[in-house]
Amino acid sequence: MTNYLDNVDSDWFSKRLSAALTVVIAAFVVLIARLLFLQVIEGGELRRLSEINSIRLRSVDAPRGLIYDIHNRLMADNRPSYDLSITVKDAHPLEQTIEKLSRYTGLDQAQFWERLEKAKGTRAYKPVLLEPDIGREALAAIEVNRWDLPGILVNVSPRRDYIFSPSSAHLLGYMGEISVEELKSKIYSDCKSGDFIGKYGIERVREDWLRGKRGGQQVEVNATGQVVRVLNTVAATPGHNIVLSIDQSLQLTAEQLLADQAGAAVAVDPSSGQILAMASSPSFDQNAFISGMSHDTWNALISDPLHPLENKAIQAEYPPASTYKIIVAAAGLEEGVIDESTSFFCPGFLRFGNRTYRCWKKWGHGEVDVLKALSESCDVYFYKAGLELGVDRLAWYANAFGLGEPTGVDLDHEAGGLIPTAQWKKKRVGVSWQKGETLSIAIGQGFNLATPLQMAMVAAAVGNGGVRYRPMIVKTIRTADGQTMYESVPEVAGRLPISEKNLWLVREGLFNAVNDRHGTAWRSRLEGMGMSGKTGTAQVAGRRDDAAGGENDWGEIKDHAWFVAYAPRDNPRIAVAVIVEHGEHGSSAAAPVAAEMIRFYLSGGQPKSDAPLAVAPASSAEGD
Amino acid sequence: MFDRRLLQCFDWGLLALTLSIATAGLVALYSAVSAGAVEPDLTLFRKQLIWYGVGFGAMIFCFLFDYKQFERFANFIYLASVGSLTAVLFFGKYVSGSRRWLSLGPFTLQPSEMAKVAVIIVLARFFAKLINTDGLTLRDLMVPALLTAVPFALIVRQPDLGTAMVIALIAGAMTLFAKIERRALSWLIATFTLLVPLVWFFLRGYQKQRILTFLNPDRDPLGAGYHIIQSKIAIGSGMLTGKGFLKGTQNALSFLPEQHTDFIFSVLAEEWGLMGSLSVVILFLIIIAWGLSIAGRCRDPFGTMLSVGVTAMIAWQVLINIGMVMGLMPVVGVTLPFVSYGGSSIITMMIGIGLLMNVSMRRFKFE
Repeated sequence: MTNYLDNVDSDWFSKRLSAALTVVIAAFVVLIARLLFLQVIEGGELRRLSEINSIRLRSVDAPRGLIYDIHNRLMADNRPSYDLSITVKDAHPLEQTIEKLSRYTGLDQAQFWERLEKAKGTRAYKPVLLEPDIGREALAAIEVNRWDLPGILVNVSPRRDYIFSPSSAHLLGYMGEISVEELKSKIYSDCKSGDFIGKYGIERVREDWLRGKRGGQQVEVNATGQVVRVLNTVAATPGHNIVLSIDQSLQLTAEQLLADQAGAAVAVDPSSGQILAMASSPSFDQNAFISGMSHDTWNALISDPLHPLENKAIQAEYPPASTYKIIVAAAGLEEGVIDESTSFFCPGFLRFGNRTYRCWKKWGHGEVDVLKALSESCDVYFYKAGLELGVDRLAWYANAFGLGEPTGVDLDHEAGGLIPTAQWKKKRVGVSWQKGETLSIAIGQGFNLATPLQMAMVAAAVGNGGVRYRPMIVKTIRTADGQTMYESVPEVAGRLPISEKNLWLVREGLFNAVNDRHGTAWRSRLEGMGMSGKTGTAQVAGRRDDAAGGENDWGEIKDHAWFVAYAPRDNPRIAVAVIVEHGEHGSSAAAPVAAEMIRFYLSGGQPKSDAPLAVAPASSAEGD
Repeated sequence: MFDRRLLQCFDWGLLALTLSIATAGLVALYSAVSAGAVEPDLTLFRKQLIWYGVGFGAMIFCFLFDYKQFERFANFIYLASVGSLTAVLFFGKYVSGSRRWLSLGPFTLQPSEMAKVAVIIVLARFFAKLINTDGLTLRDLMVPALLTAVPFALIVRQPDLGTAMVIALIAGAMTLFAKIERRALSWLIATFTLLVPLVWFFLRGYQKQRILTFLNPDRDPLGAGYHIIQSKIAIGSGMLTGKGFLKGTQNALSFLPEQHTDFIFSVLAEEWGLMGSLSVVILFLIIIAWGLSIAGRCRDPFGTMLSVGVTAMIAWQVLINIGMVMGLMPVVGVTLPFVSYGGSSIITMMIGIGLLMNVSMRRFKFE
């Protein structure tokens, strides 16, 4: 029979309580014994140890992963940086030490004091950074006068060095000091304040692979804080090396061709979606970010009207202009709105409603079929095809070609462009779709927006027979000792919903655009390389409503020049999209850039031997 | 209606003990946050004063009404606690790899600290009904085991092994106090022996690392191993009378890790020597004995079990924390009651003191 205890009058509880107390006292006896042992028996020895306690921990930075191009050419390296710091406790007398330091190194004393002021409240034993990345001369001066500079330390830490900077600046990106917000985030949990992390481009997107794991050392220091002995080392783990699909020589070629202009050029491998070059102009000096940038330099960069920090290949959106006709032609053929024998008469304009929509060619193209419409870029033909298709069917095809959403490339801040539908306009603008706007859409103007990378992927998909790949920029990721951790494989994002026959017609038209005497890009043809392409002239915002192309009646604002191409004609090895802001005509400003990139790539990097290609403004016959 | 005997029976002794240990803790914290800095940053010290203010409020709240109310609302308190532990897993703030804090405006709350009190209350209610001279059978133990396992598992998920372990130890101490039937006890011992290797299997890498480092500190020369060595040097170098207030060099030169939370006892021992450290240890021992005597004078099983639970909480944390900084136990991250910095920790301990006072001042009700 269980004896439940409703009250505690029995001795039972007091017995258990005394037992509990006994156990507690026993445990405390152990604690007290340990205290006596440490503080009395070992006390003298431990006191002595604490007085000479010169064992300190020092962290050892891990070298960041290196970045290579597809031919294993080093693009981002690490170089040693000499960082000057001071241990306030050891630097006696402080004022004199700082003064002497400034005298020996020629560095500004005021800044030293500023940094010391900011570091107030941190522990006197912790070194305070006075000046990062001092030059070798200052280092030599300190080494020579070390005896006279108590508490002054020079730490060597790895710093990023972008070998080809400002080349590839936008895609490699740059590094900067970690911010307070970033420190709180989980992905940077092993970082501490003052660390440099990737802020842009591959450096930022692949931060997790590039950053290594910090190591550390137990070191013994002498009275002035100098390390006399390393007791124990936990090695730092270097970050992973990344091989990009970029071909650095093609990249440099593209950048040189775009020099002094604002614009972008993207080259991809149509058989895999690998990005071979991605140039954005103007560029900026990445190394300036590493060694600490002045406010003036920064302000100049962000207030520059040409937006040097913007990666125009993926972050800038432009009306695709006539390059969009590739999609309109394919959609029209596929929907049966037009076929290979459909022809329209182009008198140089189309009257629709009470407005006149002009073709770029004032006196008209005459009888035009789909091949001629593509090769000579007849606006009237596409007005008619576009009207038949309607805005929503056209949008469906544009989306199927990968427009209207980011391509998903491994870079940050990618823009998605815009492919309007009637519903979109109603929702966003609040006004119903006007049929006249379909005319603008059909020639890639109006609300349409696309990035150069998106257009390069369109060219790639048309060129390779209809497979849409996701663009890739990281080819391989390896550990520092060469073990492969990741190898990119082509990723199919979709297939063009265009029959083989219709796609063949489109490709034929694009081939003629370059290789037919009347084609808009005839001047940029490449002998024996079978380049196919499409020019485009994008009207600059502000004149967007003035539907058709034509003369440039806004003197100072010139149109953007487009060219998308692939080569060779069958089984192409390279697809390119080029935009030159305010380059005026696709045929004269953008096509030569693309052609030279293709020639350079297909010839295996041969320098240009023949006469320079025409880059002078084209004659009126090659307007687009 | 207010009973004058409540005031007569008020436990001034426990209040005095609490104030003494709080004072000692604040002195140590002042050293820990200020020593060695060019200009001391007293933000944490001021915040701790605020925590103590809040803690005293919580303590008063906890003895204002009869502790029988806690028995009545035990399930509710327990469910609220489990709820907040679940919430922290989803909405908690990440701090160095674990999610332990819930943000409440400008303050953060550590639900795992409060969970200790919730488990004590719910177990006290449960044991109060079952307690008997023959001891509890295995079947009796099912429910308390489950009541402990749920918050335990949630806290391990955060992960916060130290607090989870303290909850399990409190539950264990309360169960042992309530007496386990002999046969059941032998079963339990057998099971635990088998469970140890299993638990090892489920520990996270860094937790295994800590235990291995405890056994051989040289394994981690940059982390725990270094901390234990420096902590022992700090404590021992205090010798008999200490280096003096704000004169601790180990503290000043930041040789001690987390010197304002887990390793605060080392700061105290370095600056005040055996004189100071022994006083604090004995003060803790008196508080624990005081708690047990409250349990003994109480005439109602719930009150007794409640007091035993609260006392066990204080005792375990003191033993684990001081044992850890002296190199007797692994570095597990358990705070030193009333001394370590931390709002949730201080408030939880003050709630515990409030509960002890409550039981103590209402003992006449059964006379």
